[in-house]
Amino acid sequence: MVRIIGFLIGLGFVGVLLISLIVNAVDAIQNPPVHTAEEEFHLEPRSAGFSWQKPWGQFDEAQLQRGFQVYKEVCAACHSLKFVSFYELEGLGYNEAEIKAIANQWAIEVPSVNPDTGENSTRKALLSDRFPSPYANETAARAANNNALPPDLSLIVEARDDGADYIYSLLTGYRNAATYRNEAGEPVPQENRPGTGLHFNPYFANLNIAMPPPIVSNGQVTYADGTNATVDQMAKDVSAFLRWTSEPNLERRHAAGWAVMIFLLVGTVLAYLAYRNIWANAKREVSIRGPLEPAFQQRMQDQKDERGIAG
Amino acid sequence: MSFAWAKPYEPKNNFMKWLDERLPVPRLVYGAVGGGYPVPRNLNYFWNFGVLAGLALLIQIITGIVLGMHYYSYAGGAFESVERIMRDVNAGWVLRYVHQNGASFFFAIVYIHIFRGLYYGSYKAPREMVWMLGIVIYLLMMATAFMGYVLPWGQMSYWGAQVITGFFSAIPIVGEPLRVFLLGGYAPDQAALTRFFSLHYLLPFIISAVVILKIWALHIPGSSNPTGVDVKDEKDTLPFHPFYTAKDGFGIGVALILFSIFVFFLPYSLGHPDNYVEANPLVTPAHIVPEWYFWPFYAILRAFTVDFILPAKLWGVLAMFASILLLFFLTWLDRSPVRSTSYRPAYKIFFWVLVLDVMVLGYAGQAHITPFTLALSQVAAAYYFAHFLIILPLVSKFEKPLPLPTSISHSVLHGEKEESAPFGLTRTGPAAAPAAAE
Ligand code: HEC
Repeated sequence: MVRIIGFLIGLGFVGVLLISLIVNAVDAIQNPPVHTAEEEFHLEPRSAGFSWQKPWGQFDEAQLQRGFQVYKEVCAACHSLKFVSFYELEGLGYNEAEIKAIANQWAIEVPSVNPDTGENSTRKALLSDRFPSPYANETAARAANNNALPPDLSLIVEARDDGADYIYSLLTGYRNAATYRNEAGEPVPQENRPGTGLHFNPYFANLNIAMPPPIVSNGQVTYADGTNATVDQMAKDVSAFLRWTSEPNLERRHAAGWAVMIFLLVGTVLAYLAYRNIWANAKREVSIRGPLEPAFQQRMQDQKDERGIAG
Repeated sequence: MSFAWAKPYEPKNNFMKWLDERLPVPRLVYGAVGGGYPVPRNLNYFWNFGVLAGLALLIQIITGIVLGMHYYSYAGGAFESVERIMRDVNAGWVLRYVHQNGASFFFAIVYIHIFRGLYYGSYKAPREMVWMLGIVIYLLMMATAFMGYVLPWGQMSYWGAQVITGFFSAIPIVGEPLRVFLLGGYAPDQAALTRFFSLHYLLPFIISAVVILKIWALHIPGSSNPTGVDVKDEKDTLPFHPFYTAKDGFGIGVALILFSIFVFFLPYSLGHPDNYVEANPLVTPAHIVPEWYFWPFYAILRAFTVDFILPAKLWGVLAMFASILLLFFLTWLDRSPVRSTSYRPAYKIFFWVLVLDVMVLGYAGQAHITPFTLALSQVAAAYYFAHFLIILPLVSKFEKPLPLPTSISHSVLHGEKEESAPFGLTRTGPAAAPAAAE
């Protein structure tokens, strides 16, 4: 009975699937899928060869500090960093006094309440504060950006495929739609050119991003460590910094990973040796003994007799 | 328990004796995983996966309980609380990565365990109940994993919940009210998040209870083995402890190494970037995909595209549930008395086609829908149902199996002389064996 019902159900599913298959195949032949301009012009991110991308990789502290400087001087005007606290900056190699100074001089103040009047006010940031947002709320952010919302950047690297490589490619990927040619040498179709307030960028999913090119000229930031601030360098540095904000524990994760690996490898080798040792005799020729052997049964009986147990 | 020669528990010291007489827990443990459980001596490494699944469950429960201490199931703060765990809670990031990747680890183990069962006929008499309890565990795992994925309240959490609870609305008439009832609203929101958290905390303990039932049921016939031949006498078996505890110790080491590679070096590789964006009911992600362990089912769901008598969506949902529920009936679908596929030349081919088929379904389940991936999922889904419902019953009827070994000991002898030392009631462990051989 089960087999008959099963057989019928099976035939039903297989039948409907084959009908679906045929209908789709006919449809695909009659209306061959067209490649959209997004597919034709969208580019995969370029690799920037970051230091942490190997399993033993660590951040380059100087690079993180430079990237932080780019964030502070360029991106912070539009983008919040709401999951990162000032005290975490010690991960970039700053000491407490330096972080206090950074928090104290941060251009945007933290929302607060006036202790005398109870009215809303702002105060200077403290070590324990998260980075304050540039806009009071989403509406204000959209109003200031042509109705586009600059996303929070704390987790942006986790939130995009190819993470920091994508950010780097995006920041350096702005092109002039009028003169741009893709690999096949085609110009950008008129309907895919940026409208008002949009900017052509082939690394962005739909090719037109609302963010104006943030890093435009060499020397836009004067690096404290004297590194030559080319556009490429700044884009790389800020991408590295954003990788750090998305996972400040990355270095600890790698280090802990190696310790765990060594511990487990040693443990597993020992476990393997114990296993071979215990099994060594189980595979060897030894005389047969066991509870069902007559000799053993006899011994059990003798013992019972000795103790005077009947049976 | 299972065999006449299973050693009864003998307390080693007065305390254990005292305890055992009042609460026979030591006896229970000894009979379940100690020297009192005789196991076929020819098990291969695929038999490690039962213990590994137990380990994965334990890891999930322990890390989950601690994560639950720091998580808030509040729609406005859940996402942030997860970030707090990652940044501010001591070792929070380890807990979270272990728990997040632990779900994948658990599913990977269980999938190998299930395919082991399919290959070696573990669903056949006398182990039907063990198999069916296993499928119950698998269903509970799927529910638990789905609800757990919603908790971080990222974009994919939200939209995954939207899509999966949407299955219910495919059911005619009652579907939509049922969906609203289950979610506590028209779309996932605070009510859904809180109940998912509550159930996500509850279900692992129900899984644990079913695991206990499953082990109980297993210990009646005892473990199966790669030949599928029944245990005939004592020399076919070895006591679980120390033989299989030692082998499992090694297996656990290897599994933890592989797991740690993911936790410490590739923690994002199995997740989706969109889940690092906070849930937003107004923005639909470009490409909604479930976690990898649901891909094959997602492919089956999407494979039905034609309203043939029933709406396509209903076909998809029915097929998806049927694809799991049919596993309950395997015992009756497969009429071959031979358990191990190693001795079933015709079925063996279909078995490996099935393995490949499920991988193809997995690929199709995560791919963008194009005419090609759609056709792939349709062919693969058709084979999936044909395999279990049509091919398996027919093959088992017409196939001529290869000759089976006469006994387990015979199959491991490889022409040597009598080799096994039956570790039965005799008090000798492996260390004492040479002395006893005099
Ligand atoms: C003038 C304000 C402004 C500045 C300055 C600015 N951005 Fe943006 N950014 C935006 C807006 C607006 C968007 C939203 C774009 C959209 O959705 O089309 C955006 C989007 C982004 C995105 C998301 C792209 C995506 O894939 O969705 C990233 C990454 C980004 N900005 C990085 C940066 C970095 C790094 C800097 C500093 C070097 C920076 N931005 C400076 C306004 C700004």
